[in-house]
Amino acid sequence: MAFRTLSSKKTLTLTQTLVLGLRQPSSSGNRGLRHGRGLVTFTLPDLPYDYGALEPVISGEIMTLHHQKHHHTYITNYNKALEQLDAAMAKGDTPRVVQLQSAIKFNGGGHVNHSIFWKNLSPISEGGGEPPHAALGWAIDEDFGSLEVLIQKMNAEGAALQGSGWVWLAFDKEMKKLKVETTANQDPLVTKGANLVPLLGIDVWEHAYYLQYKNVKPDYLKNIWKVMNWKYAGEVYANETA
Amino acid sequence: MGFQLLSSSCYCGSQLPSQTSNGILRLSTVTMPKPYQKRQFSQTRRASKILAYYGLTTPPYELDALEPYMSKRTLELHWGKHHQNYVDSLNKQLVNSPLYGCTMEELIKVTYNNGNPLPEFNNAAQIWNHDFFWESIQPDGGNLPWGGVLQQIEKDFGSFTNFRDEFVQSAMALFGSGWVWLILRADEKRLSVVRTSNAICPLVWSDIPIICLDMWEHAYYLDYKDDRSTYVNTFLDHLVSWHAATSRMMRAEAFLNLGEPKIPVA
Repeated sequence: MAFRTLSSKKTLTLTQTLVLGLRQPSSSGNRGLRHGRGLVTFTLPDLPYDYGALEPVISGEIMTLHHQKHHHTYITNYNKALEQLDAAMAKGDTPRVVQLQSAIKFNGGGHVNHSIFWKNLSPISEGGGEPPHAALGWAIDEDFGSLEVLIQKMNAEGAALQGSGWVWLAFDKEMKKLKVETTANQDPLVTKGANLVPLLGIDVWEHAYYLQYKNVKPDYLKNIWKVMNWKYAGEVYANETA
Repeated sequence: MGFQLLSSSCYCGSQLPSQTSNGILRLSTVTMPKPYQKRQFSQTRRASKILAYYGLTTPPYELDALEPYMSKRTLELHWGKHHQNYVDSLNKQLVNSPLYGCTMEELIKVTYNNGNPLPEFNNAAQIWNHDFFWESIQPDGGNLPWGGVLQQIEKDFGSFTNFRDEFVQSAMALFGSGWVWLILRADEKRLSVVRTSNAICPLVWSDIPIICLDMWEHAYYLDYKDDRSTYVNTFLDHLVSWHAATSRMMRAEAFLNLGEPKIPVA
């Protein structure tokens, strides 16, 4: 089997993935590279915009570090943990399998969360900040009263979050309702409920804002709505309610 | 930090083998402003309203004294904003709370509530943690400990290098925000490296902390960005105060026998 080495940090394009007969990228964008013995590993997805495109809301410096260092490290460590898990499972080494769970949850979660996060943001010139329309807009009005109330709620939860974590606008598939949830560290949204689909996530780890906003987290939360990609959230919502 | 004792019937009263990082007690009363009234002999003096409050202690060095390993800007923000915010928030929370008159250590244990922390826990613990942290570092710090501390480290870790490696490893393995500690285990009577999440500190399980390192991102992000490994190594090479560790070990020995007590033979 041809073994493809990745010379750059870019993802395999859809064509390349199909040509190599590899698994198709899933709708959430987590692309995998299947190795000879069946282990799927991951690569850093490209940002859908330039590093400086979200200025002045989020600085280019933060975007560069956040994407190239933090997200990339999560992926590297996730791949490492997966390889170790594969080996442990092959040997039937249960204590080792269990021991690896926290690294998988943390690094895998970091990859999942950040992959969503990049798609949640978009430059103002490309529609970032435009309020939601149609089905999602009505659902927000129904479940929260108004968009302003939702934003207030998410900002309050984000500001109150102790330590590191995420604030989510989630869609509960079971209850057919929108919810605001928080998760700690890099726990993905599903850890709060298997029926929760993330529509929007805001990274409130300090690395997401510290260089620019310093300790004033509320300012970061207030401003990030200016580059929020409601189009993406609307698409995910439409998919779930179709 | 200073605090005001309300009365002898305060909620916290148990004596614990624990550390005060600073022993300043300040007593003062806060009187409610009242409109000017003509004093009459029959009028009783209105009682003054006493509030418990905690103050922000200053680090024992200038804010730029730790350059180039920890910048003045970091300290201005970390101490002047983050640490200050914890103090202000706690004082605000305590206005309508029955938790008066506690030392910080007592307040931490009480609000930890055996794992179901009350809202005051985060602020109280973070105030204590940061006080402990400022005193765990010093200008011209780092290098090797000496005397009893070095002996105890070599006894419990095998060598100083082993301890150093374990400390760095523990810091790098921490997920999310938290702290790394060198503690003296009260039950096993030995030194150990532990890491804790968010605001948790060894006081809540009654071990004795010797030094700590803040691994919250705000502690290092401005100076080191995402390079945690350099931050931790710099802490051990240039910042950690073995003087503070020595005095804390000495104080710990008042509560723990680390070896056989030396009983003179008659």
